[in-house]
Amino acid sequence: MAAEPVRGASRARGFLGRLRAGDQVASLITATFAASVLLLAALLVFELFRGSALTRDKFGWAFLFTGIWDPVAGEFGALPFIYGTVVTSALALAMAVPLGLGAAIFLSELAPPRISDALTFVIELLAAVPSVIYGLLGVFVLVPLMRQVGAPYGVGVFTAAVVLAVMILPFIVSISREALLAVPREQREAALALGATRWESTWQVVVPYARLGIFGSVFLALARALGETMAVTMVIGNDPKIHASLLAPGYSIAAVIANEFTEATADLHLSALIELGLVLFLLTILLNGVARLLILGTTRRGTAQ
Amino acid sequence: MSRRRFVNALMFGITGLCALLTVSVLFFILGYLLWYGGRSLSWSFLTQLPKPPGEAGGGMANAIVGTGKLLLLTTLIGVPVGFVAGVYLSEFGSGSFPAVVRYTADLLNGVPSIVVGIFAYALVVVPMRHFSALAGAVALSLMVIPITMRTTEQFLRAVPQSLREAALALGASKWQTVATVVIPAGFRGILTGTILGVARVAGETAPLLFTSFGNQYWSSGFNQPTASLPVMIFTFAVSPYDDWHRQAWAAGLVLLALMLTANVAARLVLSPKVAQNG
Amino acid sequence: MADKLLVSRLNFHYGDNHVLHDVSLAIPPNQVTALIGPSGCGKSTFLRTLNRMHETVRNARADGQLLLDGEDMLAMDVVSLRRRVGMVFQKSNPFPKSIFDNVAYGPRVNGWMKRHSLAESVERSLRRAALWEEVKDQLHQSAYALSGGQQQRLCIARALAVDPEVLLLDEPCSALDPIATAKIEELIFTLKDACTLVIVTHNMQQAARVAEHTGFFLLGKLIEFDRTEVIFKRPARKETEDYITGRFG
Repeated sequence: MAAEPVRGASRARGFLGRLRAGDQVASLITATFAASVLLLAALLVFELFRGSALTRDKFGWAFLFTGIWDPVAGEFGALPFIYGTVVTSALALAMAVPLGLGAAIFLSELAPPRISDALTFVIELLAAVPSVIYGLLGVFVLVPLMRQVGAPYGVGVFTAAVVLAVMILPFIVSISREALLAVPREQREAALALGATRWESTWQVVVPYARLGIFGSVFLALARALGETMAVTMVIGNDPKIHASLLAPGYSIAAVIANEFTEATADLHLSALIELGLVLFLLTILLNGVARLLILGTTRRGTAQ
Repeated sequence: MSRRRFVNALMFGITGLCALLTVSVLFFILGYLLWYGGRSLSWSFLTQLPKPPGEAGGGMANAIVGTGKLLLLTTLIGVPVGFVAGVYLSEFGSGSFPAVVRYTADLLNGVPSIVVGIFAYALVVVPMRHFSALAGAVALSLMVIPITMRTTEQFLRAVPQSLREAALALGASKWQTVATVVIPAGFRGILTGTILGVARVAGETAPLLFTSFGNQYWSSGFNQPTASLPVMIFTFAVSPYDDWHRQAWAAGLVLLALMLTANVAARLVLSPKVAQNG
Repeated sequence: MADKLLVSRLNFHYGDNHVLHDVSLAIPPNQVTALIGPSGCGKSTFLRTLNRMHETVRNARADGQLLLDGEDMLAMDVVSLRRRVGMVFQKSNPFPKSIFDNVAYGPRVNGWMKRHSLAESVERSLRRAALWEEVKDQLHQSAYALSGGQQQRLCIARALAVDPEVLLLDEPCSALDPIATAKIEELIFTLKDACTLVIVTHNMQQAARVAEHTGFFLLGKLIEFDRTEVIFKRPARKETEDYITGRFG
């Protein structure tokens, strides 16, 4: 037994010499990969600014408030797209939040745990459905439906809002449910012990307690809705004007980039599209930041999906 | 009192309806895809190239292969970067640098996919002067990196400290401990998360629109514009040709089937074992 | 008989917290030394400095002289120190690998790679840990399939596989039932020939059963260190006597 360690030791000494350096090398290599993430993010912001320099110089802040989009004439304004993006998203939220919150309340308060988990699993699968498939259903199912119920074009801002609502529904349900489940049992029990009905205890005590997490889910859903491209592109009508009616066609930032980017031959056109991308980028970063702050403290999951 | 009880029952009925509606959307989607897509799905669809509009038949074989190529490249580029960065955050990081990296990755995660496409365009397509699968894969990689990084860090952190101590006490150096004990212990969870992440980007269309672009024919290697399922679905769906519409449904079915299978498999098959000591 | 481990004036800090005060003792070779004392007295902290495991904690600092066979333990390469001074932890912590891979881990990671000698080494270590007969037919099954007592013996086998000169045991039986405890105590007797053992225990009867020497710690100080029978029958210090007779702790 004494022989082996000696043999092992002399062979090991050279090996060990390489080991100590190994820790530092490993630390350095992994840190470099981590730093590359920072580099990529910085590069992304840089490219967005560089690519939009032409129109930023030419139009300045007026770009955000001009309502004319005419590539042929070289006139570019972001307003119709900002309008379209914001309105479709706001409408989508107005539809999805009550529905999603209702579902979340049912799943967290009323449904027995196994059913709740099973249904939540299914709802979370919805989040995995690609945007283009929602678009497919939007174009071939929803648009004809809208035409039948009175929208003359079928496509339009409202149609896009409906599709968006369906797409952000799983996020609202999932995150709100987590927030509601995280409310301590003592809160509910306190209300019930005072003679409240289950609904009253839920609506008046539990939901307010979880409101930060619920708001967080709303912000997150909004951020996703703003950036949603394909489904919206397929049903919004692609009309770069602001109309009074919600049933009229419109355009969103993501949609116009998707449609015109490869066709844009003029440098100014491309720059305008990239500037739109920059606007979208900043908007979603802001919203996501707020969402994370709200969700962080209040759900069992530490960070948002 | 009975009014309150009535409200109680009513509100819970309504919320139940909300839940039911939400769940039914998935079955709705599946139903339509199975019905319309199923009818157009055929062996020729899976094996032939698209025919020009007006000619019947043809398929999306190149799109299916193209998506496969893109995912392969994305896995080769993006997953290692995210994985190693995650290892750093969990095992080697100290000071405020890790927090900055984490925050930045979360930021990247929230960037709309079309903006990622713009970035990949500027980074790859412009210098190369043409569209390519590589550019598409770079775009998808940018989306996969934050997901993989977060998953890796999460599952490595979950490995109990006692295992690290046991290895160190046996004379293992830190990197040996990480490589031979910590990573294997967290492997299943990391694999699950990575598969979910790659599956998620498989369905992305927007970042491919001006990176890999599309192709009516086969593309050789990674240096040419490449067809992909999501882009082809989009192109065919918005076209004015009925035949192409049918094919868009079929492609949608194929795409959804792939993604749902990956999701369900990852969560059901791999995840339960993560809860055990695997 | 030269001392195996010689500790002189060891002081230990966690940040600003002064946890061990001027601890000095000499651990004789090929014998069992027990460290006893009430919870929080510093005996586990002391044990962990003997293989520099305290260095895994950020603000921990050990000052003083630690000699292994006359060599400065704080100056030598920590990885080779840990091969020579092994540790068994309070709660068994086998790796999520097979039984074979657990025991083979130490040799593999230290560069002893030949497959034939690995198998021999694994068998030898499992025999020394009195576990071979129970697991020889399931070497490739998961270590987690074993019972608590078996897992702890597996951890002992794993530690033995790198042929340590010293084996540190940190309350190895505290999570085990009496029968499993008895098996491990038997084991400790047999290991003395090849190893020097230092065991931390809160069970005084265990110390009396297995150890030739015993040290009594209180509030971060080594109060008394002597042959076990002296400590238990004729303690020199009042604090020792109070602890032994159960007046506190």
